[in-house]
Amino acid sequence: MDEIVKTIGLKNNCTFCGVFRRQALDRGAALMRADKLVTGHNADDMAETVLLNILRGDIARLSRCTFIITGEDGPIPRCKPFKYTYEKEIVMYAYFKKLDYFSTECIYSPNAYRGFAREFIKDLERIRPQAILDIIRSGENFRISTSTKMPEQGTCERCGYISSQKLCKACLLLEGLNRGLPKLGIGRSRGLNSAKEDGEQRMLRSEVKGSNLQSKQCGTLDF
Amino acid sequence: MRLTLEFGGGLELLCNSIKIHHVDVSPKTGEDTLSMRDLLPWIESNLIKERPEMFVKGDCVRPGVLVLINDCDWELCGSLDAVLEEKDVVVFISTLHGG
Repeated sequence: MDEIVKTIGLKNNCTFCGVFRRQALDRGAALMRADKLVTGHNADDMAETVLLNILRGDIARLSRCTFIITGEDGPIPRCKPFKYTYEKEIVMYAYFKKLDYFSTECIYSPNAYRGFAREFIKDLERIRPQAILDIIRSGENFRISTSTKMPEQGTCERCGYISSQKLCKACLLLEGLNRGLPKLGIGRSRGLNSAKEDGEQRMLRSEVKGSNLQSKQCGTLDF
Repeated sequence: MRLTLEFGGGLELLCNSIKIHHVDVSPKTGEDTLSMRDLLPWIESNLIKERPEMFVKGDCVRPGVLVLINDCDWELCGSLDAVLEEKDVVVFISTLHGG
């Protein structure tokens, strides 16, 4: 991550870290032939995510972010068993049971957008603690207007993983890093067929044949 | 008044990485009781060596910091108005981490 930040600067760090970590988790799970992938997302995380997606107008994620199980029709479904557990409860449990845990702060995230949502939710929790569960409940009951165009799920042309675009985010970001284009894959594409994203992707796909990238073919993993 | 203060969940980094502090705090002149409201500014001036905004916000702890007085959530004891006694153990744990 240190090397990535040297290339891209101190903005959009969460995008790179999150995408690559998720990819690592998925591939690691496949290598271990796991049936399910379980993460420790808690109620505070879920509420922050709902707010974050509202603030950014990310309708696609807004519709999915409160699902307790995702990827059921994929090779390894993912689940968040602590979805309704407050972070405070988890910390108290760990304290009283004397459980050892990492609490190091991420050094690249001080200006992350999520931090603002987190600050707001913590202030809310102080006044009305139930607000966290209520936000999650609101998120669960969002229904997307039928006239809104939603992305379709396909596969990445390069690595074969699921993707809503021609190239999955991990491949796109990796390409940007390898070519010294730190902004590749960053920033919103206006509409599903935006000229910018399409142009970028077309340029990249034409080089797939003759590339020497580190991106490992997903097909070699036995799901 | 002798108290034991503990810092966890990353807060110890604000106090030179020392998790447990045995301190002696006197109540404000003219008062015979020490409340949490008096203790917090004392901690900020005497123990917090960097980034005080991670510990206090206004006259209370930063939202997201759990406070336990003798292993009991301070919200059950009156929060800022809780009165401290000799040999009390106050624990501050930051719940903000992860990603």
